[in-house]
Amino acid sequence: MNSSIPKTDADLNAYVDGEIDASAIVEMEAWLASHPDDAARVKAYQQQNEDLHNLFDPVLDEPIPPAFTDVIAPRRPNTVKPVWTRIAATFVLLLTGATGGWGLHEALEGPRVPNAPNFVERAVGAHVVYASDIRHPVEVPATDEAHLETWLSKRLGSPLHAPRLSSIGYHLVGGRLLEDSGKPAAQFMYEDNTARRLTVYVRAYRGKETAFKFFAKEDVSAFYWMDAPFAYALAGEIPRQQLLKVAHVVYEDAVP
Amino acid sequence: MISVPGPGFGIPVTDKRHAITSEIPQLRRFARALTGNAVAADDLVQDCLERALGRLHLWREESNMRAWLFTILRNLHVNNIRNSSRRPIETSLEDHDQPLGDAATQGQRLMIRDLDQALEKLTDQQREVILLVGLEGMSYQETAEILDVPVGTVMSRLSRGRENLRILMDHGNHHDKPPLRSIK
Repeated sequence: MNSSIPKTDADLNAYVDGEIDASAIVEMEAWLASHPDDAARVKAYQQQNEDLHNLFDPVLDEPIPPAFTDVIAPRRPNTVKPVWTRIAATFVLLLTGATGGWGLHEALEGPRVPNAPNFVERAVGAHVVYASDIRHPVEVPATDEAHLETWLSKRLGSPLHAPRLSSIGYHLVGGRLLEDSGKPAAQFMYEDNTARRLTVYVRAYRGKETAFKFFAKEDVSAFYWMDAPFAYALAGEIPRQQLLKVAHVVYEDAVP
Repeated sequence: MISVPGPGFGIPVTDKRHAITSEIPQLRRFARALTGNAVAADDLVQDCLERALGRLHLWREESNMRAWLFTILRNLHVNNIRNSSRRPIETSLEDHDQPLGDAATQGQRLMIRDLDQALEKLTDQQREVILLVGLEGMSYQETAEILDVPVGTVMSRLSRGRENLRILMDHGNHHDKPPLRSIK
């Protein structure tokens, strides 16, 4: 492009859109400096782009309707379990039966625990309220993980870290402080690639260690257990076996 | 229902779904600008997502996910227009005033109403090119692929569309002048 050759409409637009070579930019700017009509048009086109962003960019910040995410990651109904999950469950039973004596049989097949501790209901309630929140799911985001852990450890009175679940496909979204019967409690939130969310609810606990127990309310399932200095509840809307697998990872990761 | 990963494609289905999810905000913005209506726009995005999920096995690793989704959305929009003699739902100015809230100055609101109305007056072909390039930051090449036209056509529609928009906006800024009736 030569600055003495008249610029076409296409040239002006290509300049606005960054579709010309760097070497041509200098020539174009020289041309515009001496051709105010073309310069005014370029300025008007640039202003159009800016106005379009002012007009439509607010849409980017609107909460995403749940209907959209449901299309992409539909909630799976609890249909007949495929053979492999039964095999996997048996394997888990054998493995942990040999090492720890967890109440796995009860956890997997046993009845719903009728009288779950209060904190479990609170954990499920907190899951329902916050996991569905697209814009403000957490108080402190995962980018501030160190601060989150320091803060929650201080409030709960014992060293606490966010369980690492990335090995099973869940990454930390962040966490928040909650109130539980006048005591502080913590909630960590996780998300997988399909935007399915799990929450781990933690509060101080001083009693004996317990096995995993299962609780469900409407669509939300939870496994809970006590392991001083904390009591834990893991909540999510995923099948029980999958949730139990996650519970194991949370438990293992909490062991100092 | 969740489909199982098809043979011959390297990316797990969950990663593809994740890639689609991350494009939702941009798809909504484009749909809102195309239709000028929040409800119609979200219906369009929903249709687009369903269509994309149904054809996930056709999407290849090396191809541009965003361009693919925009192509689907735009084609659905064109079908909608074809199936009705006019734009399906009247544009409501309140739809656009609302997200800006009190932060927008009166000057901005006037500008926005002008731009909104001026966009309405462009041809569908000019509007979609201006939105893809000017709002969505697509290259001429990507825009040509989305619209399935040569790059030269993209450039000429863009030139004419921007010039029409400039003239329309100019008139909007001088309220003593009568509004432009036709821009053909």
